[in-house]
Amino acid sequence: MSLSAKDKLAVKTFFDKVAPKAEEIGNETLSRTLFVYPQTKTYFAHWADLSPGSPQVKKHGLTVVNGVLNAVGLMDDLKGGLLTLSELHAFMLRVDPANFKIINHNLLVALALMFPEDFTPEVHVSVDKFLALVSLALAEKYR
Amino acid sequence: MVVWTDQERAFIQDIFSKLNYEDAGPELYCRVLIVYPWTQRYFGGFGNLYSAEAIKSNPMVAAHGIVVLHGLDKAMKNMDDITVLKGLEKALKNMDNIKNTFTALSELHSEKLQVDPGNFQLLGDCLTVVLARRMTTDFTPDIQAAWQKFLSVVISALTRQYY
Repeated sequence: MSLSAKDKLAVKTFFDKVAPKAEEIGNETLSRTLFVYPQTKTYFAHWADLSPGSPQVKKHGLTVVNGVLNAVGLMDDLKGGLLTLSELHAFMLRVDPANFKIINHNLLVALALMFPEDFTPEVHVSVDKFLALVSLALAEKYR
Repeated sequence: MVVWTDQERAFIQDIFSKLNYEDAGPELYCRVLIVYPWTQRYFGGFGNLYSAEAIKSNPMVAAHGIVVLHGLDKAMKNMDDITVLKGLEKALKNMDNIKNTFTALSELHSEKLQVDPGNFQLLGDCLTVVLARRMTTDFTPDIQAAWQKFLSVVISALTRQYY
């Protein structure tokens, strides 16, 4: 599964709209990930407050969404562009790649609830494909 | 063994009470067939599924979405019955209901429709997106948590009769 020209355009157009709301999207995404899938909290045991909307969750949510927005600009070569981030996740953070699916799902939920009109089925499929490929690129250096 | 809190039960019933099946059903099935096109393998008899536009205007797709939501509605109405319950009297009263509701449906999906159970998760994910779009900020994290739990119980019950 690779991104067609149509997918890339849909992703770029949609995320241009999303970018101004990055902080809110990030907060919704990470809050839901930690709350609805509590096993993900194991990666953040060093945080004081893991509840939805806490300052640490907000800050880190923004980091994650900024990463995704950055990846939009790297769509023509995700593996190459995300190499450093992949090394970070593989060697330092050592996040089980199964969690990429979980955070992607919650990102889709956040996007759907904040952009109900723009998140059409066509945008949905392109974004879903894009996030799957980002996850693959992030997992590149794992083994 | 699934135990539902009163709050979870209320959340799920509230979601269904606010859901317009005639509207959400078609959207659900459009998304499933557009976002995960390999699911079209099960709908050879539905006619034209060759493009997003065709799928969106296909009356059989729309009708089937509504059928599936009514199936989930049945699950919601039998929530306490989906798996084994604590409390002997509840179990006695409802056990046959669970069996009938989900055994039959599971057998149907397994033996007659021959649907790969992996697809149940795909449909569940699309339905979550449909709900998020419609409820927006009312779809809070704790409501989502109850909803994901309900979905995983339904998916498990539907998969139960596969062998």
